[in-house]
Amino acid sequence: MSLKKVHDKQPDDFEFTKENLETANRILKNYPKDKKKSAVMPLLYLAQEQNNNWIPLAALKYLGKLLSMPYINVYEIATFYTMYNLSPVGKYFVQVCTTSPCLLRGANELVKTCQNKISKKQETLSENGLCSWTEVECLGACVNAPMIQVNKDYYEDLNKNDMEKILESFMQDKPLKPGSYRGRLSSEPEINEKKPNGINNA
Amino acid sequence: MPKIIINNKEIEFENGMTVLQACELAGAEIPRFCYHERLSIAGNCRMCLVEMEKSSKPIASCAMPATDGMNIKTNSVMVEKARKGVMEFLLANHPLDCPVCDQGGECDLQDQSLYYGFDKSRFKENKREVKDKYMGPLIKTIMTRCIHCTRCVRFATEIGGVTEIGAVGRGENMEITTYLEKSMESELSANVIDLCPVGALTSKPYTFEARPWELKKTETIDVMDAVGSNIRVDTYGWEVKRILPRLNNNINEEWISDKTRYACDGLLKQRLDKPYKRENGKLVESSWDEVIKITSSKLQEIDKECIAGHIGDMQSMENIYSFKCLLDSIGVSNFDFREKPFFINPENKINYIFNSSIKGIEDSDCIVLIGANPRHEATMVNARIRKSFVNNKIPILSFGNPGDLTYEYKIIGNSTEDIKKFINKQSPYSDIFLKSKKPIVIIGESALELQSGGYIFEEIKSFLIKNNFINENWNSLNILLQNASSVGAIDLGFHGITKKENFNFFKKLNDNNFKLLYLVGSDNLDFIKNDKFIIYQGSHGDRSAQIADIILPSPAYTEQNGLFINLEGRLQKSNRSSFPPGISKEDWKIFNLLSQQLKNSDLFKNFNELRNNALKNIKDHSDYDLLPNTSISKSKSIPTDYKNENIIIKEIDYYFSNSIARSSKTMSDCRSVRSKNLKQRTGT
Repeated sequence: MSLKKVHDKQPDDFEFTKENLETANRILKNYPKDKKKSAVMPLLYLAQEQNNNWIPLAALKYLGKLLSMPYINVYEIATFYTMYNLSPVGKYFVQVCTTSPCLLRGANELVKTCQNKISKKQETLSENGLCSWTEVECLGACVNAPMIQVNKDYYEDLNKNDMEKILESFMQDKPLKPGSYRGRLSSEPEINEKKPNGINNA
Repeated sequence: MPKIIINNKEIEFENGMTVLQACELAGAEIPRFCYHERLSIAGNCRMCLVEMEKSSKPIASCAMPATDGMNIKTNSVMVEKARKGVMEFLLANHPLDCPVCDQGGECDLQDQSLYYGFDKSRFKENKREVKDKYMGPLIKTIMTRCIHCTRCVRFATEIGGVTEIGAVGRGENMEITTYLEKSMESELSANVIDLCPVGALTSKPYTFEARPWELKKTETIDVMDAVGSNIRVDTYGWEVKRILPRLNNNINEEWISDKTRYACDGLLKQRLDKPYKRENGKLVESSWDEVIKITSSKLQEIDKECIAGHIGDMQSMENIYSFKCLLDSIGVSNFDFREKPFFINPENKINYIFNSSIKGIEDSDCIVLIGANPRHEATMVNARIRKSFVNNKIPILSFGNPGDLTYEYKIIGNSTEDIKKFINKQSPYSDIFLKSKKPIVIIGESALELQSGGYIFEEIKSFLIKNNFINENWNSLNILLQNASSVGAIDLGFHGITKKENFNFFKKLNDNNFKLLYLVGSDNLDFIKNDKFIIYQGSHGDRSAQIADIILPSPAYTEQNGLFINLEGRLQKSNRSSFPPGISKEDWKIFNLLSQQLKNSDLFKNFNELRNNALKNIKDHSDYDLLPNTSISKSKSIPTDYKNENIIIKEIDYYFSNSIARSSKTMSDCRSVRSKNLKQRTGT
């Protein structure tokens, strides 16, 4: 991990859409009125969702004003947490888990596939601009290792071939279905023994 | 009181202390980087680790509250090992810059690695490199040296009141940066240089100028404003290399304003080193004999009614007193110290000083500003008000709009009519004020300069007396004077104020009654020269020297001994730290020469005689460094005019407010950066 890069080309303005402003106000209600700035993290996430999965500086300023907190404090928070993107990511943002369990189950292969299929360096857009990838820490799906997160979906139990297929589908903007790629239902045990009462994997 | 055992020694401590403070009480030294008495506790440098009984790990003593019965060891093997480990980590990414680092010799990291560190590094990897940040014309940054103690961040947020520095990123990649890489908009910004325990933030104007051990250090008093901050002047030969704050909890704590710190390069430029006279409209070099002869003959020739004297903003008590003696001896009664015609009632000492005292601001529970902008007029007073605001959340009310003061306040009126309503309890805010126990009213020069200045002062005073806010325990009446010489000049009677007329001097000046004007270090007086003969005695070739007919060079404030009374009435000694350039003479010696020429006698035999005489004339004098023994007079006020007018707070050109600052390159850099920032913000 290195210091997050702030994108060179920044939009001039940022404002919440009407729906998002309503959501923001709903979030603000969760906190006492004089502790408005507690809402900064959910609102940053909201801003990220609204702006194609990355947060422009204008949004940080906008949130600073909205929550009456200094701009530098919003900036500090946005640069501290890795899940806020400060430069554009692809429409399909591939996050490869490389923490120990995934690594033991071959996450390195997935990283190599990303390097070949999307871009040499992480956090850079693919040539057609649809995809970008990054290595992340544990995403909490160790039972289904190795796995990737793409936007809000998990693709699990992967191997090199599956990964190639999946990435290919993103590059053509026809995404494959998320879930386990070894036919598992969520994280059920892998050995399919028939139990005496006739239920699988009970 | 609870007890704590430190290194097998049992001591008592006050509730609320941290382990580190208790250790200091017991005389055990704890190394630290991030912990600072006046800042909030961060606990992120881990240098202050100590061993606590029943704890398997060492604890960070700065962040751990001391509790009854704790058993702390600060010299055990575990502590030593922990310190060595922390130090090794801190140095892992710290460059080996010491030989070319300005902090060298006064660097906390250097000292502590010597005493508590590990002798070699086991870190074989590449060190990280951090881009330097731009923090304005005062602060030079070498961010690779930063150890992330966040003292600067906490100072800017908590004491400076400008949340402009922050730590971005995380872990090894954390960096300290300013808001969009611009200079800090605070008059206290340069204090982060003193706070920085390493060489990450160093002084830009002092870059590669000198090593700390080469400098001669003199403890003295600042004269840039009336606060009288305690400073240390570091000199190399005759050059003043830098000015640092000295701890004085009653006045400036351990901070000083940027002007105090950085106007010192003005002491090297534009200096008057020889006497000059004007010939055919041009200033030409002259000799002491000649200028003294010309001056004394002029003083003899011209009608005494048409001679006037004016004392400048940075003059010591001795200069004021000897000047007054000279003028008295030749029978001149037109003199003043004010640069603008603002109302002053010199009858009683409480009428022109900051009675609540600067430390008293912390006890106050309501502050009312009347036509005052403490941020620019007395920066350290403003820092105290902010401290009080942050600690106690007190209401701060203002008549007139002083702009950004770094804390929240409420404008409760813009005209004298509003003040009248406030006094007559017709304003909703009168209640807040009257209910408070220790309120403070601060009247600025801008308010006293109004036509109803006298009315405002006298009415506020009688209002406070009526409500028992001026008594032996608490005095709410405060006048915020702007110049270091002002209180001293009033004490010594250097003003033309009579019971009937407050502005004799200014009336005559505007009516063009004067033919000879003798200015002693006075560069801010606004007047038209016409055919006046002008004698300028001072240190800098500034505004007045340009129009002067005779120039008598004298030393600046760092070059002669003197007494100064600050705005609280506290008498402090200023000590000579360097010597003036050329053949300039001390002010009192010049007056002596003139007196010899005029009367054939010395005014004073020596400096001590002068000082003792001046001391005798100080009103309510108690002792050096102490507040005066003021007496409360409830004498009936002089009836004064009232006019309904707007209160306009005159903006002072902060970085250019006196002749030394105007000669300083650093100050002019600050000024242009500030005006650029201002333009960007307003978009003009």
